[in-house]
Amino acid sequence: MPITKAEVTKIAQLANLELSEAEVDQFSEQLAAIVKHIDQLNELDTADVKPWQQRSAGALQASYAVRDDVVEPSLGTDKSLAQAPAHDAGHFLVPRVIGG
Amino acid sequence: MNTNPTIAEIHGLYKDGKKPSEIVAEFLQRIEQRNPQLNAFITVNREGALAQAVAADATIQQDLAQKPLAGIPVAVKDNLCTEGLRTTCASKILGDYQPPYTATAVRKLLDAGAIILGKTNLDEFAMGSSNENSAYGPARNPHNEAYVPGGTSGGSAAAVAAGLAPVALGSDTGGSIRQPASFCGVIGMKPTYGRVSRYGLVAHASSLDQIGPLANCAEDAARVLRVIAGRDRYDSTSANVDVPNYLASLSGDVKGLRIGVPPECFGEGLHGEVKTKVEAAIARLQARGAELVEVSLPHTKYAVAVYYLISTAEASSNLSRYDGVRYGVRAEDARTLSEMYRKTREQGFGAEVKRRIMLGTFALSSGYYDAYYEKAQRVRTMLVQDFERAFEKCDVIVTPTAPTPPFKIGEKSDDPLAMYLGDIYTVTINLAGLPAISVPCGMSSEKLPIGVQFIGKPFDESRLLQVAQCLAS
Repeated sequence: MPITKAEVTKIAQLANLELSEAEVDQFSEQLAAIVKHIDQLNELDTADVKPWQQRSAGALQASYAVRDDVVEPSLGTDKSLAQAPAHDAGHFLVPRVIGG
Repeated sequence: MNTNPTIAEIHGLYKDGKKPSEIVAEFLQRIEQRNPQLNAFITVNREGALAQAVAADATIQQDLAQKPLAGIPVAVKDNLCTEGLRTTCASKILGDYQPPYTATAVRKLLDAGAIILGKTNLDEFAMGSSNENSAYGPARNPHNEAYVPGGTSGGSAAAVAAGLAPVALGSDTGGSIRQPASFCGVIGMKPTYGRVSRYGLVAHASSLDQIGPLANCAEDAARVLRVIAGRDRYDSTSANVDVPNYLASLSGDVKGLRIGVPPECFGEGLHGEVKTKVEAAIARLQARGAELVEVSLPHTKYAVAVYYLISTAEASSNLSRYDGVRYGVRAEDARTLSEMYRKTREQGFGAEVKRRIMLGTFALSSGYYDAYYEKAQRVRTMLVQDFERAFEKCDVIVTPTAPTPPFKIGEKSDDPLAMYLGDIYTVTINLAGLPAISVPCGMSSEKLPIGVQFIGKPFDESRLLQVAQCLAS
């Protein structure tokens, strides 16, 4: 299946990426080649096969850890904000969302 | 100290009176000399390692009896969080990120007495097969610096091979421990999904990611795995399965072991020299009493397609968190919130990461979900069933780790599909959640390492280590 430049632009919007013209060109070509390879999956009849699920993985079944739902101290405001590009008065700062 | 000292040898030096601060200083000096060429480390933890070592000097004799990795320097892949020590994932978007917590696997190493030498290079967010997708420049193969060390744990593999660290941690989503181990001539193990906690491992594809050791011998891989394995309350997918004493299984005896050989993995696309060396390794095991059984993995040729749909779908979701709000770098010149998101991600991510986010977003998008993502999950079930059937007839399965010996830096970097197809033998194991190990099995005519891969049943890492030990002895 070919991937048009319009589709690449739309996917980039969905993924919150602002691609340059050159990237749109390059990605439409490369993604088309990759999707062409992926299309060989259509050779397989999967009508009677269930989609894979984590817990269906054989011996892994029922081995996963579940802990009691008890409230415990978390990271805390100071540590949580320490790596933020901008913060003030216990909050993350971002560019204006409404108005302006 | 030898070029590649084992954990037991370093412990022997401590028993003879050598101090951790002396051993650590020696490794730091090696890193200082060799890292400018190899670029195996993104961050060297010079002061932290020396401080840890000096503290260990006073207690090393008692520690040797109590802590399995007392005074052992380790290298840690730079997608594992280390509190207070920069963690970059080889991406510009994380900047000088200082994690507020330490990954469970790293915490367990520290509790066992290990000393962190530094954080090793990788493909950005562990996406790649050559270590060329690093914002900090490619790591290089210590056997020949014009060649890639493999990826994505290329820095960890290069560091262990070059003797810059005795052991290292890597992570493996589709071969990222095993393929660089193969390319650098060291042992690398991807444990069973759930064997090692993923808490603090920066997520790439959460149903595939697993942390594991890289080492120069099976014994050291066993020692590290024993320390990092086990259930963790911070990772609900970590398995509640007992951790055996892996060292006890290292007899090197393979008598009666049934080794499955799938012809699908020895045909078209396999480099002649790799085939020869892998077959020679199989013959050595047969000579030691192992029994060969033909098994079939009929859907192998679809594995790369399935892998690159599922891993990119999961990655596109996982990487949505890099938005310039809570950590990392933010684009400066944005006026609105959504513009800030887009510009931050455009400026912060490298080409391969963007490509995978695009592919994953495509696979999950309305109108394509059924045809691509769900189709891939159905074929994933078929791949898992292939292994279940094969393991009815054998104890381990053998394949090459990679279809070729190491390639040159720049050789494949313009052709992403060619790069992806090189992952054919490793990605299926992650899709099936199984353990696998890459073991060196010879050198190519260009004097570059070749690796053989052994795949085990779930939680049967012991048997893989036993086979690795046998090949080395």
